[in-house]
Amino acid sequence: MTTTVSPPAKSSRRRRSGNTDRGFNRVFRWIAVGAGATILAVLAAVALFLISEAWPAITASPEELAAGVPRYPEDTSLLAYLGPLVFGTVLAAVLALVLAVPVAMGIALFISHYAPRRLSQVLGALVDLLAAIPSVIYGLWGFFVLAPVLTPFWTWLNENLGWFPLWGGQVSPTGRSMATVGVVLAIMILPIITAVSREVFLQTPKLHEEAALALGATRWEVIRTAVLPFGRSGVISASMLGLGRALGETMAVLMILSPGFTYTLDILAAGQHQTIAAYIAADFPESTGLGVNTLIAAGLALFVITLAVNMTARWVVARRKDFSGAN
Amino acid sequence: MSVTTQNPGRGSSETARLLSTVDPGRRRTDRVMQVLIYIAFGLAMIPLGWLIFTVVAQGADRISLDFLFQSMRNIFGGDPRGGIYHAILGTVVITALATVISVPIGILTAIYLVEYGKGWLARSVTFFVDVMTGIPSIVAGLFAFSLFALIFGPAVRIGVMGAVALSVLMIPVVVRSCEEMLKLVPNELREASYALGVPKWLTIVKVVLRTSVAGLTTGVLLAIARVIGETAPLLVTVGVTDSINANAFDGRMMTLPVFAYRQYSQGNAPCPGGDTATCVSDIASQNAWGAALVLIAMVLALNLIGRLITRWFAPKLG
Amino acid sequence: MERLVNLSRFTRAGSAVAVGALALSLAACGSDPEPAGSTGDETTEASEDMEGGLSGTLSGGGASSQEAAMNAWRAGFQQANPDATVNYDPVGSGGGRTGFGDGSYKFAGSDAALDDEELAAAEAQCGEGGVIEFPGYVSPVAVAFNLEGVDSLNMGPETIANIFLGEITSWDDEAIAADNPDADLPSTPITVVHRSDESGTTENFEEYLYTVAPDIWTAEPSGVWPVDGQESAQGTSGVVGAAQAGEGTITYADASQVGDLGTVAVGVGGDFVEYSAEAAAEVVAQSPRTEGTSEYVYTIDLDRDIAGTYPIVLVSYSLACTTYDDEETAELVKGFLGYVASEEGQQAASDAAGSAPLSDTIRQAIMPGIESISAG
Repeated sequence: MTTTVSPPAKSSRRRRSGNTDRGFNRVFRWIAVGAGATILAVLAAVALFLISEAWPAITASPEELAAGVPRYPEDTSLLAYLGPLVFGTVLAAVLALVLAVPVAMGIALFISHYAPRRLSQVLGALVDLLAAIPSVIYGLWGFFVLAPVLTPFWTWLNENLGWFPLWGGQVSPTGRSMATVGVVLAIMILPIITAVSREVFLQTPKLHEEAALALGATRWEVIRTAVLPFGRSGVISASMLGLGRALGETMAVLMILSPGFTYTLDILAAGQHQTIAAYIAADFPESTGLGVNTLIAAGLALFVITLAVNMTARWVVARRKDFSGAN
Repeated sequence: MSVTTQNPGRGSSETARLLSTVDPGRRRTDRVMQVLIYIAFGLAMIPLGWLIFTVVAQGADRISLDFLFQSMRNIFGGDPRGGIYHAILGTVVITALATVISVPIGILTAIYLVEYGKGWLARSVTFFVDVMTGIPSIVAGLFAFSLFALIFGPAVRIGVMGAVALSVLMIPVVVRSCEEMLKLVPNELREASYALGVPKWLTIVKVVLRTSVAGLTTGVLLAIARVIGETAPLLVTVGVTDSINANAFDGRMMTLPVFAYRQYSQGNAPCPGGDTATCVSDIASQNAWGAALVLIAMVLALNLIGRLITRWFAPKLG
Repeated sequence: MERLVNLSRFTRAGSAVAVGALALSLAACGSDPEPAGSTGDETTEASEDMEGGLSGTLSGGGASSQEAAMNAWRAGFQQANPDATVNYDPVGSGGGRTGFGDGSYKFAGSDAALDDEELAAAEAQCGEGGVIEFPGYVSPVAVAFNLEGVDSLNMGPETIANIFLGEITSWDDEAIAADNPDADLPSTPITVVHRSDESGTTENFEEYLYTVAPDIWTAEPSGVWPVDGQESAQGTSGVVGAAQAGEGTITYADASQVGDLGTVAVGVGGDFVEYSAEAAAEVVAQSPRTEGTSEYVYTIDLDRDIAGTYPIVLVSYSLACTTYDDEETAELVKGFLGYVASEEGQQAASDAAGSAPLSDTIRQAIMPGIESISAG
């Protein structure tokens, strides 16, 4: 195989003149640069096209919107209309995060420090499989299987710990509440949080760990004194990446949640919350005209929120170059 | 470990005991945390096993040759005939198209970042590729819709729109994994090639890409697995149909995830005479589970093949 | 020395590509089956006496409520005319009317009759007096509940309105007990389940409550449910599924889909009437036709209080023109709508979607319109 290399090699040798960036070399470099620039262009295009299609809704008066969008209440600005959706989106994502982060850290520590070395790759791949399962299947499973199983537990929480702000209200008898959605979303974002945290934990300087061991620390003490402090910013950014995922998840929410448009913390009750992504997917097929523009405006809001969260997360990661191998 | 001063008052076995044990409180904490950490891992495995078991248990009965190789044309109500061929075909066509768009851009960008990347452009590309991995899939769908709606009007629903939406999701995944693979190629190989007078582009094509081809294949397969199950972007771009359509540039297409979702939302069919051979009232949810099983099998197969390729063919480095 | 290994690495890498290619071609292989395509060939239950030679593609769209019936109609028509394909986009009533008005849909389905403005747009497309509109799909909407051991309950309009408003919160409430002296009512709390999406069913149900219990139900009917904070689900199957999943739930849904849920016999004209396709057909047949419309626009003003009829019905209209630009489209619309309005087509829809068949009076009124569809 390598012999085929020689003819062009000869030619390039002939015109060696200090500047190697000539002929096809230059073309190839520009192709590569062009591909890189394409990424930036695509991201810009996403923003631009969303803005251009959302523009009619952004500039429309509340009266026009109320007339053109079926769900739109009278005398409401677009921001006030999207408010409950943003609230629902953030609530779902935060719930998922609260449930997922402790478990994900446990898994990451298990894989990086507890499991046998030989197994750790396989176990990591198993956790990653959770991310590979299509969200529509999470939706099917959540609706048909998980929600009925969780309902008695939610009822119990409501009856015994109903004083806690999140567990008040009337429990949904079907389990199709924000709490169930939070559990499913937590499962869905486990892999990304685990993957990033795992990488960070693995990069703990061996010397730190060995120093702790030399001082007679138990395995947990090593983790508490050496691994966790070192990985803190990594875990924070991993959580934010998970948050970004949870914010944008569509199908699982669409299929499980019983939607509503209110500001309330009663996560066990039905018909209270809706997320932006599920709202778009639910209403898009039967929308026309200004309705579509309004949905795209909601999508733009989601885009801005996730962009902000992801950029912050990546910025935190990038500040510590050691973690650049993560995810 | 450290040298201990022998205490003449105690036996050496006692010293050894003291040195090798910790006090009960610390030891308990250690044990409790260990158990908690094992439980955490178990907690993650429960939904994985439960979910796969459910899909297999619910979907296996529906799988048959007819189900795999027939469409839903002229099938309605509780009719238990028909199948998901049109959806499988749509998924394959749209995903293949997305792959054709994403892989060249993704690999070339990875090459740019690893082989050429310097300065602000490379830094911002790296940063925004990472940011792009977090774009919600529905937003990618809306982007494709906006793009095509501006050109063809708001009623347009064609397969290639879905492919564009999936590409937005797929490109960053391809870039990230290919970048890692290219970084694994040892610099000695490049330098050896340069020393022979091979130009840089040829070194990249013939040495770097050749060496990392297994890893690149894995990366691409995992990226495909990642987008093949996407539902939301397809829901807003490619529409639905119950007939076979292999042309991504004309007309609506059905895809597996959308098919599963549509069947799920169809609900029970009215069967006046109860369930008979020609009317099964819960046929729609059976179809949904059947499609889910096929989809999950595709995703798992892609993952497995991808990981096996790395395992079998990865260059043993270091 | 160590680098010599690279040679074998190259060949291994080559085989990795081969495996990848193999995987891809395998996938391609699976997409190449023997008799893919329509499965209906072996069973042609559809009529033989229809004009079977039509060909071409006809695209319509509109109300998603008609989708189940439309699937039956499309299948029946396509089986009788194997070269013809009919597409129906369930884009919603509003989308259907808009699409019909701008000519992108050759026929449309809508849960509401065209208003004056839309009629004007449609006439611009079809020509003066050239719009055909008839209630092709009439479906009873059942008020269904899930209550252990109770299959049927009597409820007057006021009771229904109060329950759906959330004013009556328990199944053993006096208002319910009064109409059901024999029923053994538990004290289970009532959970109302409504449609989360915009829908004709919701609009129709609201319109019913607004008409029969105007003092209690004050919200102007729209396709969106006006009460906040209740359980909701998407689509008919969604609400039925949610109702089945919870104890003490009540919902409104397309009657054909309620399955084993208990249903409410609705108080109408001093009596309680269980839903049935016949009772629903009756209310449409007995309600007066809207006055002052053009010849082929057969819309009705639903009368919700006729004794012996079932008052909660979803009336979904079929829209078409009497003239089309080209012969093929005209023939297809004529053939297809002729099938839809025919006894046979109505029966097919009734079997598939539980709809109430069109009465002979209405059929006789609109058939001449459909017969007159032509090109030019």
